[in-house]
Amino acid sequence: MHNEHTDQHFQLRIDTEGHIEPRDYMPEGYRKHLIRQISQHAHSEVIGMQPEGNWITRAPSLRAKQILLAKIQDEGGHGLYLYSAAETLGISREEMIEQLHSGKAKYSNIFNYPALNWADIGAIGWLVDGAAIVNQVSLQRTSYGPYSRAMVRICKEESFHQRQGYEIMAKMMNGTKEQKEMAQDAMNRWWWPALMMFGPHDKDSPHTGDAVKWKIKRESNDTLRQKFIDKTVQQAELIGLKIPDNDIKWNEKTEHYDHGEIDWNEFHRVIKGNGPCNKQRMDHHIKYHNEGAWVREAAAAYKTKKLKKEELVIG
Amino acid sequence: MKTTNDTQFDLWEVFIQSKPGLPHIHAGNVHASDAKMALQNARDTYTRRGEGTSIWVVPSANIRASNPDDHEMLFDPSNEKMFRHPTFYTMPEGAKNI
Repeated sequence: MHNEHTDQHFQLRIDTEGHIEPRDYMPEGYRKHLIRQISQHAHSEVIGMQPEGNWITRAPSLRAKQILLAKIQDEGGHGLYLYSAAETLGISREEMIEQLHSGKAKYSNIFNYPALNWADIGAIGWLVDGAAIVNQVSLQRTSYGPYSRAMVRICKEESFHQRQGYEIMAKMMNGTKEQKEMAQDAMNRWWWPALMMFGPHDKDSPHTGDAVKWKIKRESNDTLRQKFIDKTVQQAELIGLKIPDNDIKWNEKTEHYDHGEIDWNEFHRVIKGNGPCNKQRMDHHIKYHNEGAWVREAAAAYKTKKLKKEELVIG
Repeated sequence: MKTTNDTQFDLWEVFIQSKPGLPHIHAGNVHASDAKMALQNARDTYTRRGEGTSIWVVPSANIRASNPDDHEMLFDPSNEKMFRHPTFYTMPEGAKNI
């Protein structure tokens, strides 16, 4: 039998489209990369509940409130799928939460921006979830089995998120002058951060090399960003929204939209903790995690009590 | 497939039957302090859109799995026994419904 515990054999499996499962041999770098990426993805789902949760009590109708609640519940569920996938790599849920609280683990930068009014709920669903879907569709073919399976499940659920957001925007663009202005204002504020969600340009992306070789990442940041732009421009035009970029224009040669420069200084400023909501998001998570301690303790005490009772019956 | 000893409780594997008559298929896992909580969490996490008619939960620590290193020893011999497959046999020309 040939030795399967080598990086060459591992790479061979990757190259022949084999999926890697939790108990298979994997290089330490692969494991580390996945833990970092999947836990960041999980944290993003959970932190992403905050800007939207802010609007549950102020949703403009019962229908809108029910939809928003269901969407936020989905985000929580997506976080759980992803935490589970990361746990198969040998990190515990507790460790991941600690890393989030200490700042060692990141979450998507986009959630450091505030949801200022109802149009923002439309823009988040349409643009933020829309950008996330482009990335997640590509990740369905990622090489790590549990991550890939979580992505398939998430993609199935996510398309309702984008459609409900676009519906809100379309409704507002059919409304009063003020509603139209609100929708355009939300578009102006969320467009560029949504483009930044795909990460730095390929030439400046430090993690891409290994991630592509290991087929964790199946398409590059720029390719995914371009797909999102190409899909979204038509949707914006149809409902009368203007893309806040004067350089957006169809390029006959490349058959893609050209776009203007992304302000990477802004991106790095927010990642470093200086966005409008970084502190608020983390304070909120820590506060409710700590305040929920009694629930976890009660469940643990109940379990111990029941085990003792069973021992008495058996004994 | 390990049990956590921290404040996040034990891990339970979740199996969902999508329709009566079909097998229960692995869907993922949940954390829970007992079976009742595991079922409740599995319901909330994996069946929000009518994906299931029945749920099984099993403590992850109780699952025994084959070792990936043994796959040749375990699974290769069956490839040599082609006579287990119906296509191995030559049927007389003209035989129908077989």
